[in-house]
Amino acid sequence: MTRPLCIGFIPLVDAAALILAVDKGFTEAEGLEVTLVREVSWSNVRDKLNIGLFDAAHLLAPVAIASSLGIGHVKVPIAAPFNLGLNGNAITVSTSLHAAIMSEIENGRTDPMATARALARVVATRRKDGADPLTFAMTFPFSTHNYQLRFWMAAGGVDPDEDVRLVVLPPPYMVDSLANGHVDAFCVGAPWNSVAVDLGVGHILHFVSDILERAAEKVLALRQDWSEKNPQIVAALVRAAFRAAEFIEQPENRAEAARILARPERIGVDAEIIQRTLDGRLKISPEGALRESSSYLLLGREDAARPDPVQAAWLYAQMIRWGQSSLSPEALRTAMAVFRPDLYDAALVRNGESAAPGRIGAFTGPAFESNDVAAYLASFVIGRQKS
Amino acid sequence: MSAESSPKIVIVDESPVRAAILEEGLREAGFTGVSHIGEMQNLLARIYALDPDVILIDLENPSRDVLEQMFQVSRAVRRPIAMFVDQSDAASIQASVDAGVSAYIVNGLKKERIKPILDLCISRFNAFAKLQDELERTKTALEDRKVIDRAKGILMKLKGLTEEEAYVLLRSTAMHEKKKMAEIAQSILTASQLLK
Repeated sequence: MTRPLCIGFIPLVDAAALILAVDKGFTEAEGLEVTLVREVSWSNVRDKLNIGLFDAAHLLAPVAIASSLGIGHVKVPIAAPFNLGLNGNAITVSTSLHAAIMSEIENGRTDPMATARALARVVATRRKDGADPLTFAMTFPFSTHNYQLRFWMAAGGVDPDEDVRLVVLPPPYMVDSLANGHVDAFCVGAPWNSVAVDLGVGHILHFVSDILERAAEKVLALRQDWSEKNPQIVAALVRAAFRAAEFIEQPENRAEAARILARPERIGVDAEIIQRTLDGRLKISPEGALRESSSYLLLGREDAARPDPVQAAWLYAQMIRWGQSSLSPEALRTAMAVFRPDLYDAALVRNGESAAPGRIGAFTGPAFESNDVAAYLASFVIGRQKS
Repeated sequence: MSAESSPKIVIVDESPVRAAILEEGLREAGFTGVSHIGEMQNLLARIYALDPDVILIDLENPSRDVLEQMFQVSRAVRRPIAMFVDQSDAASIQASVDAGVSAYIVNGLKKERIKPILDLCISRFNAFAKLQDELERTKTALEDRKVIDRAKGILMKLKGLTEEEAYVLLRSTAMHEKKKMAEIAQSILTASQLLK
């Protein structure tokens, strides 16, 4: 190779497999020389991947799809041969909004339908009182965070475009904005929810796995044409990331993984907070209540790393539901083709069988069928679908 | 439309110096309606209040993602905004990303009118980076000179050389060892510390 591979990432825990692949020497063992570049915005990651400054990137799964479809930006086909993480986000609400929601719920406080309906009542009361609409922050227009928040609140009867303000906020600004009252809630990846809880300014209301059992969160993204020209490098990258994910998923390795990820040039927050998210055992209230979930963040176990085109189809369906795109069979095929289980299987010499459940597992609504997106979308009352 | 005379330009940059350099350049080029936002809180509200035709933002700014929201069709959007750099402008994207700046335009302003603004931005951003680079190099050069002067002093004292001879000795040693004079000088300082 003439020069090291340049790979961009955003300092979030779901970049773990990529960071460990490099810092634990898995890429080197594959004969790859890699320079990791920490970035400050998803727009930067997308643009630098698009124009070739990055060979690969830790990228929001919906951005990979939007980029391939040319929605909202330049059309650059992306290939995603490796899922860097499933789930991993959480919805954190301010202490006052938490109290307001809880006062509307008798039991089932982690039931997303109960919290969503309670939110609808809080919203109605505020409107009657002439209060400002609540502000919810998420990380990017094309993000699982955006779709998870929308899916959840719409199920309770809250229209995310009409009844609340839904705004984009860079993850490092989330906690401050919650503390000073600029936002009332946010949906963001680790470690920011835990940081808010530790500072006593927020409660974790939901792990996103309460809302969807399995949601493709971040992918290892490559330009499709580059991936076609460099099949061996792609396979080596997939293997290195796979080894790293396996390493992290071993409980006895988590402390070491957290220490590496905590370094200032990587994620740059306390190792203990990172380990909590790797373990899926999070402090959810400032008073110290703990909640443990085996599906909080999946980095490789349960076949999480194998890209599932059905996941891509579901994300594309959300873009349609919320008016970012319109439904076309061709676009659906393009979206599904972004996720490349074939490249994953080829790299790891697998026969294409998946051990994964192969479903989205939403808490409400019909089961998702990628061969009938129109019928699926028709079942939702609230949406911005273009006719 | 006011943009026909001079488009309203907003610079979103947390570096006041760079913003000033850019602002000055734009004014000199005849763009009179230039304002600067240096505070990122409630960024969208600040931008809407200024109602710009063009938004310039530096790439080190995480709030770039906030601007992306303006392309979304939703209640919060009062004016649809489109990005300047499109399929046909790959070279422009490359140049602006290299320079570290990104431009967004509000729908309705012609692309031909944006080109000179972006070009100016790119050159000013590059000029700023060069300035910082030079500052850094000047600092290093000053440090180097101090180290070399002290090493010369030591050589003059220990070996009874003139200043000229000490300098020549340092230079020839550096050439011989393929190192910088400052590095050789630094080793002399370190050695003399150790031998004290």
